[in-house]
Amino acid sequence: MGLPLMPGLEDLYREIILDHYRSPRNRGELESPPARRVEGFNPLCGDEIVVTLDVNDGKVSDIKIAGTGCSISQSSASLMSAAVKGKPVTEVRDLITTFKGMMSIHGSTLPSGNSGSAGGDSGAGGDSGASGDADVETLEPRAIDIDALGELAALQGVVKFPVRIKCATLSWNTLAQGLDESENEPAA
Amino acid sequence: MAELSHPSPPLDVATLRKDFPLLAVEVHGHPITYLDSASSAQRPVQVLDAMREYDETTHANVHRGVYSIAEEATRRFEAARHNVGRFIGAPNPAREVLFTKNATEGLNLVAHTWGRTHLHPGDAIVLTEMEHHANIVPWHILAAERGLTIRWIPVDDQGELVLGNLEQLLEGAKLLGITCMSNVLGTLNAVSEIAEAAHAAGAVVVADGAQSVPHLPTDVAGLGVDFLAFSAHKMLGPTGIGVLWGRDELLSDLPPFLGGGEMILDVRKDGFTPNDIPWRFEAGTPPITEAIGLGAAVDYLRGVGMEAVRAHEIALTTYAMDTLTDRFGRDIRIYGPPDPSARGGVLSFAYRDLHPHDISQILDEYGVCVRAGHHCAKPLMRQLGVNATARASLGLYNDQSDVDRFADALAEAGAFFG
Repeated sequence: MGLPLMPGLEDLYREIILDHYRSPRNRGELESPPARRVEGFNPLCGDEIVVTLDVNDGKVSDIKIAGTGCSISQSSASLMSAAVKGKPVTEVRDLITTFKGMMSIHGSTLPSGNSGSAGGDSGAGGDSGASGDADVETLEPRAIDIDALGELAALQGVVKFPVRIKCATLSWNTLAQGLDESENEPAA
Repeated sequence: MAELSHPSPPLDVATLRKDFPLLAVEVHGHPITYLDSASSAQRPVQVLDAMREYDETTHANVHRGVYSIAEEATRRFEAARHNVGRFIGAPNPAREVLFTKNATEGLNLVAHTWGRTHLHPGDAIVLTEMEHHANIVPWHILAAERGLTIRWIPVDDQGELVLGNLEQLLEGAKLLGITCMSNVLGTLNAVSEIAEAAHAAGAVVVADGAQSVPHLPTDVAGLGVDFLAFSAHKMLGPTGIGVLWGRDELLSDLPPFLGGGEMILDVRKDGFTPNDIPWRFEAGTPPITEAIGLGAAVDYLRGVGMEAVRAHEIALTTYAMDTLTDRFGRDIRIYGPPDPSARGGVLSFAYRDLHPHDISQILDEYGVCVRAGHHCAKPLMRQLGVNATARASLGLYNDQSDVDRFADALAEAGAFFG
């Protein structure tokens, strides 16, 4: 590519993100039933994601991702699938919390968080979504254990681009919904 | 058409651009390339100055005070109404031009007042598949409340309305809602012919002029519609004000929209008497400074000449479509009519398999502003078979160098995502 990206944009489009965008992991749908199938939508851009997952013996034994979206939503979903597959549900829930904490608007507490782009730490008002701020949670500023996120830490640059946060969190919210449903109706 | 039938000389865009302070800013070290005028247009100093001058010398509430500046504020506010009315060829601006918040509020006003008065369970209304949500959702709300049926005029692969079954669709319908120009495809609809068919079927016609009024000569008499809504901020004016034009005989019979001050002649403990039109629909203190700004925007557009604006935008749309096709060939798909004279300067496109958000993000790196998303036209997006498009839209202050920088940045986006 021929451009010297501005620092923030380099953070947004890390190589690992582009890799997962070009070669998404765990792509497709599991047969449902028995798998649980959950759809998520981003009303801002019309993107949709389909998460199918098997939960057995308290573990996410398998997961697949379908749907369409931008590089951020697709790579986030791919990275998520790789990170949670085979993991105990409790661990997965912790990861969701940690990831969404990293994506919160108070991400300026992150080690590398310079608020390079619009919004920065301007609070929920920095999110341009017209449809509520459910995804941009104003969690209390707290230390995020970036090390626990492994490859997922590559997505931390997204927080500097408030419009794109919903892209990154779409698959995670969809997964959380699937886990909730599994817990509430375990027989399904 | 009414005022600008003489041929106009080509626009001197280089000179005209100097009137727009925002076009001088830099984004990420690049001169801004503003290609989102279909979303909101930039404003010339003439508009900004007029608003400031009014605020600094004349501001007071309108239609209330008997002191000098209040009378002058009222005079200027009503002069702006008259000015906008003349701009769209309104036969009687003093009664037929309603100030609203924006085009969306104007369309909602029609649904609330005309719709609630004239539409009853089982009635049918007709919309086109290319309407903006602003001319869909108010009707959905009313349809759910009143038990109405909505029929749809389809859109073909080239982004044109399919009018083969128009008479059947209109048969027995009470209302037709139609956009003059698609905000996604740029398609210019044959509104006057379609309105004639609608009237023959006994339907009232509500037109969305949000995209057309800023870019084409407008003459409501020739257009043959009954209501026309548009927004100031897409026509070089400020946000917070729009216009609903309606035929006197229709407006006169309608109940008020919002209740409050200004919209009444008398209020008693047992009821109220509504004011005459247009004030009946303008409850509360209106956007006065913004009306002054809209008047100045209309003066500016009239000075440039709407025929000249249209000619410039056809030429630039032609250049943009040729440039994109020459440079990107089969990698780019431009939606909407292929003939630039059949469309406005709105170019929705797909580039390879890149997501519009990613395209827009990289373009921003080069100071190029385009819109990415569903453009508040989801039924149309479904018809096109896409979730979102990227959209570059042209205005009178854009030139070929804007198109070239846009194409250069698009090439970089392609290289970046490999």
